[in-house]
Amino acid sequence: MTNIEKYTQAFMDAFSIDAETAKTLKFQQIPAWDSVGHMGLVAQLEEQFGIMMEPDDIVDLNSFEKGKEMLASKYGVDFGA
Amino acid sequence: MIEPLLKLDFNGTAVVTDDGRCVSYAELKSLSDGWVAKVPPRSLVFLLVGNNLDSLVAYVACLNHGIVPLMLDARIDAALLQRFIEIYRPDFIWRPRESGYVLEPRNTLNTRNEDRLHPELALLLTTSGSTGSPKLVRQSYGNIQANTASIVEYLKLDSSERPITTLPMNYTYGLSIINSHLAVGATILLTEKSIMQREFWNFFSEQGATSFGGVPYTYEMLDKLMFFRRKLPSLRTMTQAGGKLLPSLHQKFAEYASREGKNFVVMYGQCEATARMSYLPPERALDKVGSMGVAIPGGRFELVDGELVYYGDNVTLGYAECADDLARGDERNGRLATGDMARVDEDGFYYIVGRKKRFLKIFGNRVNLDETERLVKGAFAGVDCACSGVDDKMSIFVTDGSRIQDVRDFVAGTTHLNFVAFEVRHLAQIPKNASGKTLYSELPQ
Repeated sequence: MTNIEKYTQAFMDAFSIDAETAKTLKFQQIPAWDSVGHMGLVAQLEEQFGIMMEPDDIVDLNSFEKGKEMLASKYGVDFGA
Repeated sequence: MIEPLLKLDFNGTAVVTDDGRCVSYAELKSLSDGWVAKVPPRSLVFLLVGNNLDSLVAYVACLNHGIVPLMLDARIDAALLQRFIEIYRPDFIWRPRESGYVLEPRNTLNTRNEDRLHPELALLLTTSGSTGSPKLVRQSYGNIQANTASIVEYLKLDSSERPITTLPMNYTYGLSIINSHLAVGATILLTEKSIMQREFWNFFSEQGATSFGGVPYTYEMLDKLMFFRRKLPSLRTMTQAGGKLLPSLHQKFAEYASREGKNFVVMYGQCEATARMSYLPPERALDKVGSMGVAIPGGRFELVDGELVYYGDNVTLGYAECADDLARGDERNGRLATGDMARVDEDGFYYIVGRKKRFLKIFGNRVNLDETERLVKGAFAGVDCACSGVDDKMSIFVTDGSRIQDVRDFVAGTTHLNFVAFEVRHLAQIPKNASGKTLYSELPQ
């Protein structure tokens, strides 16, 4: 799996959604992404990429896009071009 | 006619909202007086609330002017709301629309309102954790007054407090924080943001929040957020209720509080007792880990065959299951059998050790296991079902392996709780005894 596939899969598993829904998703846009679901998403991302997210990043992760930028810039995840 | 329950005769700021609005007590009073102009006393009003000013104004207005509100989550499922409307026939619904909150008059039957609402009835709340059940708890003016006074006393609240909202206003624990702080002229920091959002913590720091409340899951999230590393000089008190916190987390937060000169207060309560029944004095938080403390001022406990029974003026009138029940008076006479099994230590501190009834606490909400089974069987014809599990994690066993995802979505949708709390598993057959009763001890772990 490529990194973008792994990243998308984390959202799909955390919220039980398809890839299309995942790609434009924002915090609280669906019932599954509430604060409880957020904990699950963070756990998925940490496991998929073998990282430990900083508390400041956990509270900043409020959309699919934002999380992608964050993982690329702060955790060295390469999403390709 | 009715003595206002919340006096609002303070000089300071009553509310600060996260969009920067400051509302003085005088302004809150005039806003709520304005709201009341449209609603006759002893009306029944559904308030669809969030942690926002419109919700707070309507709530205060109702309580102070003899209007009876049923507090519901603004995000309530449309079908469930319809059910509540059909059963209880409200005179008005206060709800958010795209352009803001509106007061919608409803056509009601020609029953005179005064006759259908008992004079002592102040407030209606859903039994915490709704499995779509239309059962309500009936709270009186006296109940709210008594519980508020107890809370103010044991938490030593005064007008310098600035609690930040972390719990919904339609949830008894969240509402008790609002009542007890308005009663002393404190400033409520109103936000719908969660502790998982940057905006929450910015608001917290900018406004110098002094306290917040949380259910066990809140404390698990705070732990993950490395709360202990945060600089929160304004914070004085953290309260916890809504289920039993893991002793290891209790220990961790009690140690943090002791180290940082803050208070960590574990409490126990139920909607049926207005809100609170016990508290663990913060100075005992470390040497009584796992305890829910002692009865609140004005209340007392008794153990009857191991079941915790509470006595106090905050024990509510009773339940309502239909519109006629709203005319009923006090059916409990100050005594509440909690359904929780407890023990008491040699110093008089109580510990919850189990439950008499089959329910779980999920993210602070009570969810009945038998009711969940009935709902699943009702919605999925031909599927047998048994529910068990632990707090925050329900195991749902179903006899049709092809419906696992559907059942999970259904239960999450019905309870309005995040689906991660529900694990649905396939079992060829639900183990039963000769008379057809489910053998829960034989379900897989």
